[in-house]
Amino acid sequence: MVPTAHYLILGAVLFSIGSFGVLFRRNAITMFMCVEIMLNAVNLTLIAYSRSLQQVDGQIFVIFVMVVAAAEASVGLAIIVVLRKRQGTLDVDSIDNMKW
Amino acid sequence: MLDSFPILLLFPLLGAAICGLAGKRLPERAVGAIACSAVFASFLVAAASFFELLGLSPEQRVRVVEAFTWIQAGDFASSASFLFDPLSSLMILVVTGVGFLIHLYSMGYMQGEDGYYRYFAYLNLFIFMMSVLVLADNYLLMFVGWEGVGLCSYLLIGYYFKERFAGDAAKKAFIVNRIGDFGFLLGMFLLFSEFGTLAYLDVFESVSALSPESGFGVLSLITLLFFVGATGKSAQIPLFTWLPDAMAGPTPVSALIHAATMVTAGVYMIARSSALYSRAPDTLLIVAVVALATALLSALIAVAQRDIKKVLAYSTVSQLGYMFLACGVGAYTAGIFHLMTHAFFKALLFLGSGSVILAMHHQQDLFKMGGLRKYLPWTWATMGIATLAIAGFPFLSGFFSKDEILWEAFSSPYGGPAFYAVGALVAGLTSFYMFRLMFLCFHGSERIEMGEHHGDDDHHAQGPEKQAHHDAKPKEPGMVVLLPLVLLAVLSFIGGWVGLPPWLAETNQLHHFLEPSFQYKYSLAAAGEHHGDHTAMELTLAGLAVALGLVGFLVAYWSYIRDPELPQRVSTRFAGAYQLMRNKFLVDELYDALFVHPLQWISRNILWRLMDASIIDGLVNGTAALVQIFSQMARRMQTGYVRSYAAWVLFGTVLIFVFYFTS
Repeated sequence: MVPTAHYLILGAVLFSIGSFGVLFRRNAITMFMCVEIMLNAVNLTLIAYSRSLQQVDGQIFVIFVMVVAAAEASVGLAIIVVLRKRQGTLDVDSIDNMKW
Repeated sequence: MLDSFPILLLFPLLGAAICGLAGKRLPERAVGAIACSAVFASFLVAAASFFELLGLSPEQRVRVVEAFTWIQAGDFASSASFLFDPLSSLMILVVTGVGFLIHLYSMGYMQGEDGYYRYFAYLNLFIFMMSVLVLADNYLLMFVGWEGVGLCSYLLIGYYFKERFAGDAAKKAFIVNRIGDFGFLLGMFLLFSEFGTLAYLDVFESVSALSPESGFGVLSLITLLFFVGATGKSAQIPLFTWLPDAMAGPTPVSALIHAATMVTAGVYMIARSSALYSRAPDTLLIVAVVALATALLSALIAVAQRDIKKVLAYSTVSQLGYMFLACGVGAYTAGIFHLMTHAFFKALLFLGSGSVILAMHHQQDLFKMGGLRKYLPWTWATMGIATLAIAGFPFLSGFFSKDEILWEAFSSPYGGPAFYAVGALVAGLTSFYMFRLMFLCFHGSERIEMGEHHGDDDHHAQGPEKQAHHDAKPKEPGMVVLLPLVLLAVLSFIGGWVGLPPWLAETNQLHHFLEPSFQYKYSLAAAGEHHGDHTAMELTLAGLAVALGLVGFLVAYWSYIRDPELPQRVSTRFAGAYQLMRNKFLVDELYDALFVHPLQWISRNILWRLMDASIIDGLVNGTAALVQIFSQMARRMQTGYVRSYAAWVLFGTVLIFVFYFTS
């Protein structure tokens, strides 16, 4: 059986790659996909712990995360489509409407 | 009546309320009538209660009526209760009686003035406050009246508030009095911590077991602090400078302040506290010395004044010195006696000078009068009686009270021949400056120059009547002004007969009457023996004082009637001394240099520039600047880029992890 530590290391690596992408890529869609990678890294970690602790709590959390991620994807993609229409770009550095 | 005497307080209060609130819409006559009748009603109640008191036996002549519980906090309690005993009954008669005559006079004097209703509202309030002061049965309530008369004097002295000098004089009176009040307050605190109560009768009861302090102890301190308060109200050295300036108010106000109310408060307070004072010989000595110094200094200043009201003002200061001298040698009755007679003749003198000023269209310079006797015969006659009374002419009111004080100063165990000598000298000076005033004003050559400019007693007479007479000769004012003069002249004449000395009457009635009020005073053994055997001595001393008064009269006669050039020659010969007296011994200037300027310097440079501008403003502005600096830094974090927010979140998370795993 694959030891739990391996799953955790894989999860950490995936999370780091995801966060690196969120921080340093400028394309909104890429950033969005990186967020998905981070979420799934967390999911992986949760399931690994769930297995090693012999408890189902982690798996339940994963279902919740997947539900939220699905909702987020639909809303987030809608926002990105609108942004593209309005601003004509997906370069996040040129979108600073949040700054007052 | 006796059991409900506090009702007399309500009339002037009500009068003040009506005049103040509704007076603007009422005709002048109605306002005056309301104010006068309010005081007259008080006087009637006071007189009725007084005679009821007379009907009782001497031991029963103390009535305390509690109106309501005033303050109840922890173990401190003070009720608004009022005391009617021989001392306060006499005082309230003087206050309401003389006060009423001044009200009556004001109706004529203030005709056509701006703010006529305001004037009468203040005047009524003044009477009310003074009545509270006099009738209070504890020091705290007395303090209410004490502050109240201070307020009213401020309002009335500054009556012509559009003129700068009136406002300045009002402020001066108020501030100088605050200094004294500070002493009074401290004395009260000390008294409370020492005796646990502020009610007169309780304090005196517990003090009656004590004998006089040998050194300077707590009683001496309490009484000295009270005396500081008294020097403020009653214009003694060093706090007398406000009183001459108080001439800036209308003349009847001067009469009210100088005769019936305000300035008598200090004397009354000390007489009331005789139980305390007679057990503090050190304070008594200080009181007597300060009193004599005040009497002498202000009499000297009065000699060289040109303004008719200024002469009278310094005369008041000097006469108050006599009253304090009486208290200082332990002769409280004599002090109260002089207070009473002084109220008669000084009110008369002020009101008389008021009609002179009115007739002269606000000319107040004595050297621009002269020969007014034939135009103002009534004023001349009544003022003449007052002058004789204040100069101590035999058998007039001032003679009895002044000679009693001089005799006590000589014979009291607390007094001595030196006290008598200075007192008699002041009597001579008094006679001189008063006759100087009379001669300059009513006799000699006519130097009449009607007042065009507005002097200290600024009047703003705009009425057509006043304009029409502007070029005419001086003329006697109307009946309503003359009636109080005549009544006061009668009182000045016979007012002293209630206190005939033992060499004229069987007993001194006034002494006898006032005795219960001073029952707690500590008297040295000498008290009994100086009546009776010393008649010859007393007569000699009285004669000496009268002789000195006569000398004063003759000198004044010689200088201002026989040889009018003489004063000129004397004043050039002794120019230095004359200038010093003329300039009031530069006391005001001295205070300016000693207190006012240093205080202004401290206020400007230390309190304002250093404390306020640098430290306090620095603290406030510094805090704001600091917040601004931090917010400048925090602002950089708000870029509006999602990525940077995410980076901050990450940074924070890492920080928490680092913190979590290293600790």
